[in-house]
Amino acid sequence: MAEPLLSVRDLRVTFPTRRGVLTAVDGVSFDIMPGEILGVVGESGAGKSQTGAAIIGLLEPPGRIASGTIHLEGERIDRLSPDKLRRIRGRRIGAVFQDPLTSLNPLYTIGRQLTETMRTHLDLSEAQARDRAVALLGEVGIPAPADRLDAYPHQFSGGMRQRVVIALALCANPRLIIADEPTTALDVSIQAQITALLKRLCREHDTAVLLITHDMGVIAETADRVAVLYGGRLAEVGPVDAVVNRPLHPYTEGLMACIPTTHDRPPRLAQIEGSMPSLRAMPAGCAFHPRCPHAFNRCVAERPPLFDHPPSAAACWLWAPEGARAAPRERTAS
Amino acid sequence: MGAPRGIRSPCSRGEPMVAFIVRRLLQSVLVMLTVALVGFALFTYVGDPVNNMVGQDTSLADRERLREELGLNDPFPVQFARFVVNAAQADFGISYRHGRPVEDLLIERAPATLELSFAAGLFALVVGVPMGIYTALNRHGWLSKAFLTVSLIGISLPTFLIGILLILVFSVWLGWLPSFGRGETVQIGWWSTGLLTRDGLVALILPAITLGLFQMTLIMRLVRAEMLEVLRTDYIKFARARGLSARAINFGHALKNTLVPVITITGLQLGSVIAFAIITETVFQWPGMGLLFIQAIEFVDIPVMAAYLVLVAFLFVLINLIVDILYFVVDPRLRVQGGGAGL
Ligand SMILES: Nc1ncnc2c1ncn2[C@@H]1O[C@H](COP(=O)(O)OP(=O)(O)O)[C@@H](O)[C@H]1O
Ligand code: SF4
Ligand SMILES: [Mg+2]
Repeated sequence: MAEPLLSVRDLRVTFPTRRGVLTAVDGVSFDIMPGEILGVVGESGAGKSQTGAAIIGLLEPPGRIASGTIHLEGERIDRLSPDKLRRIRGRRIGAVFQDPLTSLNPLYTIGRQLTETMRTHLDLSEAQARDRAVALLGEVGIPAPADRLDAYPHQFSGGMRQRVVIALALCANPRLIIADEPTTALDVSIQAQITALLKRLCREHDTAVLLITHDMGVIAETADRVAVLYGGRLAEVGPVDAVVNRPLHPYTEGLMACIPTTHDRPPRLAQIEGSMPSLRAMPAGCAFHPRCPHAFNRCVAERPPLFDHPPSAAACWLWAPEGARAAPRERTAS
Repeated sequence: MGAPRGIRSPCSRGEPMVAFIVRRLLQSVLVMLTVALVGFALFTYVGDPVNNMVGQDTSLADRERLREELGLNDPFPVQFARFVVNAAQADFGISYRHGRPVEDLLIERAPATLELSFAAGLFALVVGVPMGIYTALNRHGWLSKAFLTVSLIGISLPTFLIGILLILVFSVWLGWLPSFGRGETVQIGWWSTGLLTRDGLVALILPAITLGLFQMTLIMRLVRAEMLEVLRTDYIKFARARGLSARAINFGHALKNTLVPVITITGLQLGSVIAFAIITETVFQWPGMGLLFIQAIEFVDIPVMAAYLVLVAFLFVLINLIVDILYFVVDPRLRVQGGGAGL
């Protein structure tokens, strides 16, 4: 197998607070292959954003990487100096944030923001950068890009601004883009367009994506593989087809039951009984046990490690080798 | 959303600049009329102008004739209209004390006050903005804490006390700087400037610091607060995610957004600097309009007092207007757009 582009191992992100240390991300591991789209799903507070922020070195203090490793193209990046990390951001790892209305500096033209980013990372003249910016704006679907270069962010609609943000993320040709809920703040009618654009561009540029979302529909349509987070922990990871159709983890199973078969309504998570525990009151053993229909003694006492069950892996005692089930159950169509 | 937080923009989004300026001009005229009314009321109700002008031995008939001549027997609206028309032409009558046209006195004194106010404003900006930036970027540094502590003193001490302390230290103890007057001035047309001689510049230092200290601490705290808030915004986070250098983020992106409200406050403060100059001018015997006003009060020199009020109000209003127009220059969201919005 080829070398992974990004390799995250046992990542733990903690927030030391006055009332004790909160563990927002707790022992998460996954790989992203070059050009691959890895979806990261989970309810709000599951640790998705903190995982992304840890990778690009933008955790907000007091948040910090307490343990674990992050390798990008074989190079360890979780302990780099701030300046070395900065040179990776934008250049080797791009980012798209949730709200395009607030992601762009209101006082600068989008052309300036594009050329500034390019010239930070690439050896280009202003004229070359402008040419490249026009081409890129055309690629992300801004009409008449040459005329729009000197427009200010407020002169664009939300959807158009998110296209500009995507252009900004791509403008130094990074190998990986971390897209944190890139469509959540957008009008439902344009969410699909933006997702499709992101997918197409990353295919064309051979850019891998860490696609954070709580929209299972987006994952099913876009991702190659999926990581499911619950309470800061990895519940399950595997190819999208396997995770959607033959989920291993009872939590994933619950999630998949929420995917509607029609597209008239955006599919959302959390139609499972109960709610995710807060970081301050994480249950012992398996974090999901208070809500799990299959919970048994061991689940309450011991935290399950990730059990390999190719092509997926799940952190659930049901999949422990000694007590393994015969095979993952086919998901019944709902 | 993306709009600057804190101080709100003066005009609604997308209003054409001309319409906006016309609206503000009308408001300004209204303010000036109100102030003129106060100035006029001074004339009418504080003391008797005729008594102030003539000697003890003037006969009652003479007084009545003068009263008629001055139009003091006309109905109130007529008198007020005359006052406004004259004031609009910078005609405020004759000073009781100096026996000369008030406007001549003011023109003579204006350069001293304006140069002092300008120097104080410049000092406040040039020192306050960098200190604000520094304390925002090095929030936990000991120097930041020292700046903030000192600025508390600057805010809480009254101006006259600061002036006297400065005189005590730099004039009396150290003997470095003069404690009163403008020093040597040079006449350029009707403008007498102290900026062209060493003596004049040295004389400007203490009064300018005294007058500007309060504004400086204000600007420092404002820049600090705004900068900290801007540094928390999404577009700064996104700028970090784009890998821009700390320098580009702090000074290119954050500072420019910080300056929008800072421009307003500073501009408005310049107006109050001119008004506050009264105290500083008194402490330093600075021959400006403020000193003229204080002396006018002692002598109940109503025309000078009224003219000073109207003039200071006028400067206030003028500065406000300029600040509002500056918004258009700094914030592209307020400029009229050639279509394209809502794509
Ligand atoms: N500054 C902070 N201080 C303490 N806890 C935080 C802070 N920021 C985030 N967290 C915690 O980290 C957890 C994960 O957050 P996040 O990764 O943003 O979740 P999401 O999956 O919704 O993106 C949340 O439970 C949140 O309470
Ligand atoms: S480990 Fe136990 S409680 Fe947790 S998901 Fe599996 S069965 Fe449910
Ligand atoms: Mg999030």
